[in-house]
Amino acid sequence: MPIFFEKKQLVTPGELLAEGDYLAGENTYMEGNKIYAARIGLVDTDNKKVNVVALRAFYVPKVGDIVIGAVLEVGFNGWTVDIKSPYSALLRASDVLSRPFKPQNDELSQVLNAGDLIVAKIASYDRAHDPQLTVGEPGLGKITRGQILKVTPTKIPRVIGRKGSMISMIKQETGCQIILGLNGVILVTGKTPEDEELAIEAIKKIEQESHTSGLTDRITQLLKESKGKVEENKNE
Amino acid sequence: MSSLVTRVRLKQIEQLIEKGKRLDERGLRDYREIKIEQGLIERAEGSARVLLGKTEVLVGVKVATGEPFPDTPNEGVQTVNAELVPLASPNFEPGPPDENSIELARVVDRGIRESKAIDTEKLCIEPGKKVFIVFVDVYVLNHDGNLIDASALAAMAALLNTKMPNYEIKDGELKIKQGYTPLPMKSHPITVTIGKVNNYLIVDPWLEEEQVMDSRISFAFNDDGNICAIQKGGSGYFTLQQILEASKIAREKAAELRKKLDW
Amino acid sequence: MNEKPEKLIDKKGIRLDGRKADELRPLKLQVGVLSNADGSAYIEHGKNKILAAAFGPREMHPKHLSLPDRMVLRCRYHMAPFSVQERKSPAPSRREVELSKVIKESLEPALFLELYPRTGVDVFVEVLQADGGTRCASITAAALAIADSGVPMRDLVVACAAGKVDDTIVLDLYDAEDKLGAADVPVAFMPNLNAITLLQMDGILTPEEFEKAVNMAMDGCKKIYEMQKEALKTKYMVVKEVEE
Repeated sequence: MPIFFEKKQLVTPGELLAEGDYLAGENTYMEGNKIYAARIGLVDTDNKKVNVVALRAFYVPKVGDIVIGAVLEVGFNGWTVDIKSPYSALLRASDVLSRPFKPQNDELSQVLNAGDLIVAKIASYDRAHDPQLTVGEPGLGKITRGQILKVTPTKIPRVIGRKGSMISMIKQETGCQIILGLNGVILVTGKTPEDEELAIEAIKKIEQESHTSGLTDRITQLLKESKGKVEENKNE
Repeated sequence: MSSLVTRVRLKQIEQLIEKGKRLDERGLRDYREIKIEQGLIERAEGSARVLLGKTEVLVGVKVATGEPFPDTPNEGVQTVNAELVPLASPNFEPGPPDENSIELARVVDRGIRESKAIDTEKLCIEPGKKVFIVFVDVYVLNHDGNLIDASALAAMAALLNTKMPNYEIKDGELKIKQGYTPLPMKSHPITVTIGKVNNYLIVDPWLEEEQVMDSRISFAFNDDGNICAIQKGGSGYFTLQQILEASKIAREKAAELRKKLDW
Repeated sequence: MNEKPEKLIDKKGIRLDGRKADELRPLKLQVGVLSNADGSAYIEHGKNKILAAAFGPREMHPKHLSLPDRMVLRCRYHMAPFSVQERKSPAPSRREVELSKVIKESLEPALFLELYPRTGVDVFVEVLQADGGTRCASITAAALAIADSGVPMRDLVVACAAGKVDDTIVLDLYDAEDKLGAADVPVAFMPNLNAITLLQMDGILTPEEFEKAVNMAMDGCKKIYEMQKEALKTKYMVVKEVEE
């Protein structure tokens, strides 16, 4: 039952990772009794499961995921929304209006227009059908202010941190509200643009150094230092 | 193409092939019945029709004069075109040639060209200025699989049937004389395609087998039994061992097929 | 054009460009060279200079080309008008159409097409300068572009040709050898799965010579594969360095 890698080794698609009594986890596949990498990433084991944490991937919709998307097109009875995935999503007019939708009276573009951003939840999705969105829950709907940034979707768990520690700290230190779309789109809303910039800088740093140790400390330091500078500027 | 039908068929075809059998009761290494007819288009300098089972291909050869390529001023020109005519299959559509017909034409062309089948040096009228151009037009009339082998065979049969006008040059002018001579030929390439269905190699895949096979490989052989062109197609792969085995099978089959060409 | 030299290989077995029979041309590979593509790569293989870009998986346009049960891979191999001695018309030639098809079919076995039904991946290959063996170099670069785009792959695909020049089987023919040599056998290969995904040949070879050429091309592929992996890792290495 050999294993052909060191923990956290960088692997490329097709590299043989393990043979024998192992399970193919994320971004790997099994052929015969051999497990190979299917994406560029860092390989690790979780018990008998071999996973590759992908350094490059795209978002595949999952029911229940919160995502942030941009309205692409206003249709006859709903909107097409770009959720940075191989499939664009549909938001039905009836979901937004919360009453029967009358095509003759309701002007959909006045509710949401092309280019508008929304926070939504994936309501349904399968191989044969494009994902459908819902905004019928608190915290979901049209985005009116704040800044957007995009990260590789596989990095979102690192931005969240262990039990939410990383994201809580950024929120606390910058005073920003942050919504993490699982599709890799992040909304940052703060009291001032400077606060938002700081939060974005921290998140970008996490994306770049996501698989390093001591990251939390470096982010804390970044936030404290920058905030110090901002305070100084204010005092002058 | 309904994938449901294909899946049921795939199972059936797979199971049969594992037992060394095929839906149309051939062995894995057998061709379908082959019929070759030559000279059925009087307007063409050469023509032939090949029936490979229900696959039907007509090839017409036209000979014209024109300029040689600058890098081969002493040689005639060979050009192969293929048309997947809409009447041959519900999946063929009218319009400019698609990648399938271009690939077919180029594979047929390569077999003839690389084996130097046509003696192009004898097609030179005036070096650098005037040569004969041999147009080989492949017309697929009914598509029931393995268009490559049927087309290559029909092209050879048509070339062997081709008559060149006799000519003389008077005061730098080309004068056509009475009578014809056969197109000068040096080799008789034969192309054999092997399909791969679940790691089994089959000769002459027909339409339904083509829909379930993951890849194919075509070999052209010259009269000496040497390889003169290869083309792998389809979205699957071969191991080296499979390639070498396929080339052996193809070589034997090519020798058998060549006997059917009457020259 | 120059006249054909009498010998393409000298008595010591050295080729016109100074290489031994089984020696590759110098190669340079770079990943992530285009910011607008989802994945991209650049290859210099001898004097070949080729860019490859991958987009997707994404919705297909026109929509009727999409398939209900699988992803569609589309490839376009194209030569820049200035890539060859005599200007090439930018309109796609029959050769380019055929090469686009065989390049696509050489890459398809590496993809899990069933994973993303109804979508398409587009691979665009632009040959900026050609020096023989462009289809092989294109495949090597295209596989890197796909890997860089994050589309899952069974294996990388790497390609290299072998052929016959004078009476010798040689590796990786450059332009003059390709034109004046006796045969050319391009091979694409998935090194970990030991699978040949492209095989073509023109010229004349005995069955023994053919076997030798394919084996030589596969050995060439294995060498290029090491560089291919290295190039892919280099782009993503930044991440790892911080860690160590």
